[in-house]
Amino acid sequence: MAQIGYSKEVMEHFMNPRNVGVIENPDGYGQVGNPVCGDLMEIFITVKEDKIDDIKFRTFGCGSAIAVSSMVTEMAKGKTLDEAMLITRKDVAEELGGLPPQKMHCSNLGADALHAAIKNYWVKIGKIKPEEAEAGEESHEGEEGESCGT
Amino acid sequence: MCGIYLDYQSASPLDPRVAEFAESFLSSDFGNPSALHSRGLAAKAALEEARAKVAKLINAESPESIVFTAGVTEANNLAIRGAALRSAAKGKKLLASLIEHISVLNPLKDLKKGGFDLALVPVDSMGIIDLAALEGLLSKETVLTSVMYANSEIGTIQPIKEVSDLVHEKGQFLHVDGAAAAGKIPIDVQKDGIDLLTLSSNDLYGPQGAGALYVRPGVRIQPVLFGGGQEKGLVPGTENLYALAGFGEAARLAKLEKAEESQRLQAIRDGLIKEILKIEESYLTGHPTKRLPHHASFRFSRIEGESILLTMDAMFNIQVSTGSACSSRTLEPSHVLLAIGLRHEQAHGSMVMTLGRQNNPDQIAPTANATKKTVERLRALSPL
Ligand code: FES
Repeated sequence: MAQIGYSKEVMEHFMNPRNVGVIENPDGYGQVGNPVCGDLMEIFITVKEDKIDDIKFRTFGCGSAIAVSSMVTEMAKGKTLDEAMLITRKDVAEELGGLPPQKMHCSNLGADALHAAIKNYWVKIGKIKPEEAEAGEESHEGEEGESCGT
Repeated sequence: MCGIYLDYQSASPLDPRVAEFAESFLSSDFGNPSALHSRGLAAKAALEEARAKVAKLINAESPESIVFTAGVTEANNLAIRGAALRSAAKGKKLLASLIEHISVLNPLKDLKKGGFDLALVPVDSMGIIDLAALEGLLSKETVLTSVMYANSEIGTIQPIKEVSDLVHEKGQFLHVDGAAAAGKIPIDVQKDGIDLLTLSSNDLYGPQGAGALYVRPGVRIQPVLFGGGQEKGLVPGTENLYALAGFGEAARLAKLEKAEESQRLQAIRDGLIKEILKIEESYLTGHPTKRLPHHASFRFSRIEGESILLTMDAMFNIQVSTGSACSSRTLEPSHVLLAIGLRHEQAHGSMVMTLGRQNNPDQIAPTANATKKTVERLRALSPL
C-alpha cells in the first residue's frame, strides 16, 4: 500500500538512525505530535557553553519521520542553540535528499521537536518566559497542499 | 537470503501455465473478436471460451452472464452505477457495508451527490456485517445493496447467503465484490443468491488488466461508458484478448486447484499467526475463523505500519502490506480498521500478510522471527 519512493539517504537514516534513546535529566526536552497523522516525536538535549552537547530522540511514526528525527539530531549536534534554532524543515528535507511530496509534513516533526527542546531549556534558565516557548513555533498552516490530508 | 513475498493481495505473479496458454493471442492468434474474417472468428471463439471458464468458477447460469471488464474497479463501477441508474425509477436508496473497497464506496458516494440516498451498514469488531442493522435499513426503495464476499485488509468472510436472503426479502439487488475471495473459497452465485459479482483476473494468477462482472439473468444494468457494442454494450471498446483469455485459463485452473491450494496456504497461515501472536502486545485483526485461508492481519501497539513494512523489506527482504495512515495517499487511517472499532493509534500499527503459490512452511519461522525483530527495533525507537 505504501507506494512511496524514498531517497537513499532517507532509507540509510531510517535503517541506521543516529542518536536514538533517552537522556536522563536532560537540560531541554521537546515533544511534538504530528498534526497530520497523529505521530509523536521527542528530543532530549544537554547543553554545554551554549552548545548542544548531546542529543537523543525517540519517534513513533513513518519511515520519513524516523529519518527526519535522526537527521535533525545529527545536524543540531555541536551547534550553538541560536544556530540550531535556525534549522528549518526545509534544511532537514534537503539534507535527506528530498522527501516525497506527501511526506513533507513529517519534516516538521524534527525541526519542531528540536526547537521545543531548546525553548524548554531557555525557559529553565530564565532566558524566555513559558508563554514565549509556546508562541512563535513554525506555523502548521499552509501545509494542506503538502500533506494531501483533509 | 532470498525474499519472501507476502503481498499477493496487491499483486500476484502470472501463472506460467496461463502465460503459455495466452501468449499466442499477443502474436500469432491476434484478432479483433468483432471482425468477421477468420482471425476475428478465432478471436471471438477464444473470448467465448474464456467466458465459459469464468462462468464455471462461480457456477453462473450461463457464460452469457459474465461481462468482461478491465479489472475490479471497472467491474465495481459498472455494478454500482449501472444497477443504481438503471433502477432509479423504482427507488433511490443504496446500501453498503462500511468496509467495502474504495472502488465500491466512491461510486456510491458519487451517486449520493447525484440525489441517491446512501447508508453504510456497520460491522462488528471482527468485521462481520451487522445483519439486524442491514435489515432495519432495507426497504423496497433500496435498489442496490453492496456487500463484499471477504475483506482484503482483515480477511473476514461475510455471511453472504444471509445477506442475500435479507436483501431479496426486503430490497432489490445484491452486488458482491468477490475479488479477494474468488479462487480462495468456493463462490456459487446461484446458491449464494448473488445478483452481481465482481471478479479479478490477477487474484487468480491471471494477467493484470482483466476482470469481470457476473450479472444474474434477468437483472438489468446500464453501461457507464459509451461506445461500440462489445460485452452487450455494457463495456464498449475492443476486448483485451490476451488478458481475457489468460483470465479464463486462470479461472479454470483455480476451479481445479483452489481447494487443495487453500488448504496448503491455510496451514502456513495458521503457523504464521500462531508464531507472530507470541510477540508481546500483538493482536489479530479480523475474524479468527471466518477468514480467507491465505490471509493473516495483525496490529502491534506503539509502532507504525509503514515503518514495519520498510523494515521488513529492507532488513529481511519480506514484503508485507499495512493500513497505517502514514502509508496511505490521504494520510487517513484505513476505513476498515476504524470500522472494526480500532482507535487511530491502534490502526497505525497494522500489518497484513497475504500468502500465495510461492510460499511454503519453511518460511514460517524466518518470517515470524523477522516480524519479532522488526517490532522490537521499532519499539526501541518509540516514545510510547
Ligand atoms: S509520520 Fe505519519 S506520515 Fe510521516
